[in-house]
Amino acid sequence: MDFNDTAEEATYRAAAAKWIGGAIGAVERSGGSRAESVAAAKAWQKLKYEAGYVGITWPKSVGGQGGTPMQQIIFNQEESKHNAPTGLYAIGLGMCIPTVFTHGLSPEIFNRYVPVAMSGEEVWCQLFSEPAAGSDLAGIRTRAERDGDEWVINGQKVWTSGAHLSDYGIVVTRTDPSVPKHKGLTMFIVDMKAPGMDIRPIKQMSGGAEFNEVFFTDVRVKDSHRLGEIGQGWQVALTTLMHERVAVGGKPSSAPGVQEMIELAKAIDLDEGNALEQSHVRQKIADVYIQDRGIALTRMRTISALSSGRTPGPESSISKVVVAKMMQEMGSFAADMSESAGLISGGDTLPHLDHLQQTYISSAGLRIAGGTDEILRNIIAERVLGLPGDMRPDKTLPFNAVPKAA
Amino acid sequence: MNFQFSDEAEALRDQARKFLDAKSTRDKARSVMEGDAPTDAALWQEIVELGWTALRIPEEHGGLGLSVLELCVLAEEVGRALSPVPFTSSVLMATEALLIGGTEAQKAKWLPQLADGSAIGAVAMGEGTAIAPGGKSNLRVEKGTISGVKLPVQDGGVADFLIVSGADGLFLVDMAAAGVSRESVATIDLVRKSTKVSFANTPAEPLDGGRATLDTFIQSCAVLLAFEGVGGAEAAMEMAVSYAKDRVAFGNKIGGYQAVKHRCADMYIKNQLARSHAYYGAWALLTGAPELPQAAAGARIAAIDAFQFAAEENVQLHGGIGFTWESDCQFFYRRARLLALNLGSKAYWSDRLVRGLEQRNAPLAV
Repeated sequence: MDFNDTAEEATYRAAAAKWIGGAIGAVERSGGSRAESVAAAKAWQKLKYEAGYVGITWPKSVGGQGGTPMQQIIFNQEESKHNAPTGLYAIGLGMCIPTVFTHGLSPEIFNRYVPVAMSGEEVWCQLFSEPAAGSDLAGIRTRAERDGDEWVINGQKVWTSGAHLSDYGIVVTRTDPSVPKHKGLTMFIVDMKAPGMDIRPIKQMSGGAEFNEVFFTDVRVKDSHRLGEIGQGWQVALTTLMHERVAVGGKPSSAPGVQEMIELAKAIDLDEGNALEQSHVRQKIADVYIQDRGIALTRMRTISALSSGRTPGPESSISKVVVAKMMQEMGSFAADMSESAGLISGGDTLPHLDHLQQTYISSAGLRIAGGTDEILRNIIAERVLGLPGDMRPDKTLPFNAVPKAA
Repeated sequence: MNFQFSDEAEALRDQARKFLDAKSTRDKARSVMEGDAPTDAALWQEIVELGWTALRIPEEHGGLGLSVLELCVLAEEVGRALSPVPFTSSVLMATEALLIGGTEAQKAKWLPQLADGSAIGAVAMGEGTAIAPGGKSNLRVEKGTISGVKLPVQDGGVADFLIVSGADGLFLVDMAAAGVSRESVATIDLVRKSTKVSFANTPAEPLDGGRATLDTFIQSCAVLLAFEGVGGAEAAMEMAVSYAKDRVAFGNKIGGYQAVKHRCADMYIKNQLARSHAYYGAWALLTGAPELPQAAAGARIAAIDAFQFAAEENVQLHGGIGFTWESDCQFFYRRARLLALNLGSKAYWSDRLVRGLEQRNAPLAV
């Protein structure tokens, strides 16, 4: 056992680190306004594209590098050592574009959309969830109706991250409500600036507004922009979601961890002594360590399997469900330890307390985004442990015969 | 990055599992629980013949000289099978104590006998008081002898020698020595039987290294027993999952209900965290990495947490049948508690873990 790179990995890492170190200076310290951070993200993406660091694992036939998952991991590790602006492309290049190059209908579509997305000129979003279809994604109601060579889309999407910054999106629609819900779906590429699109930001409980609701009113899409066959939208969506499981998972790099908990506890003096010396505090820190370090170590098992050419086990499926709840527990325990200081927002009397309080708020969203805790437990139970599926009384009914809530 | 067991170690695992699946079914554990024999001597003899007792002992002392990683693999498999043999006491613990702190004479005398199965060792740490391992001891040490009592001593009934903890380190006591008496003592684990051992001016040879050896020993055992716990946790989960796929209530397999399947998913989550921490502990033990204190404590805490959860919920998911004497659920339920208490509680290990983190106040690697 060791944690070292193989010789090839070390060579790749050295080259990537050297390139990033030389190129990052141009974008690293920009930021401030939204326009400035978008401009920095676009500039960084363009540099990576020109240097051959976009689509590292994608086949060369689609413009990727034909590299290994290890190379992608190494590049990401080296990139994360800098303050690189990468968030703008996480969904588009992580999920949408692989769906486009896997299920796009023609070379024209590929040539029009894929290269410019890779170079960062165009930003993409994913239009899946709806007010009445979150975990039960196949229950979406946004309709697409055929009109000659075009489709006309009407309906509403929600929780669409980055829609307000995007040029294009991939949307899942219902094209046949007379068949069971998984069978009547079709996916399309849509122009986010097309007539009939209305994008409204949603203010989150954290105060931020990273996602949106998107209304479609007679939005017209050419049939050439369909992804996959008519009625095969569920299978196409699974391609996207498979990539989502890779894109959303580990602990956000900005989130606090065990060391912050230790430093906070050390700064708190109680009547019975320093907080860090209290057994219940040490046991809580141990709990956080088991989860936080445990997820990092579990990831190393997955990486090891990839590095040695073995197929990774399903162990990485535990990541998000552990991390999100752990962040919530860290946040609440930090505030508890701090007594009334734990109530005050933006205070600076105790180290890391403000960050941990913010983590408490943001973790509530993380437990839902990209698969709720409950859906993730279903996935582990059904796909990993082989337990029977949930009872789904609507599964074989025609969609238009399924009872709906008001 | 090579954070996994080698192909050779995995081959050993396959071999061990096949052997234990065939020869160490849970009815062997039941026979020992319900019978008078302290262990299954015939099964132990087969294990000796497979070379498991010699695995980690250096070749110069009659062993196979393999690494601690291979030992971890076997610890997990024996933990899975609940094998009623003194593997944990003798191979994981007493052998480890001699390797860490045995004098040349102690090693020369006992390691070859441990390797070829002619001697069994056991470890005596607790004194039946609410004191963590390595804490205060009422053992009286004078002029090369010890006096006092140790309990519960697991596998003390079959041991030829004991590794005994005192306030200032470890001692080796030959069970044939003067002033040793033993009687059985009931514990929560009905399969791994325990004894109360009394010493009256019994000759006792200190191991080298005093308290430092005692501390290192406890730390190494934390890693090795974590693998035993991971094995038990996996087996308890598999038992629960298998029942949930089979049992029907309200017209459906109960494993289809979220209240049941989410519990099973939680077992899987805890087991994976425990496995990752156990591997980290094994790596740190193998390499003597500076992270060893927190890696060992993490392995210990995660394994006990996972095993206890799986064992408790395995009974629960079985319903009434799980609470019967006839059900195998009780083996895991009881074994998880034995492992939780035979080497220090969660509070003790949390303290050690946080101390390790404080001393190594650097960002964790990778």
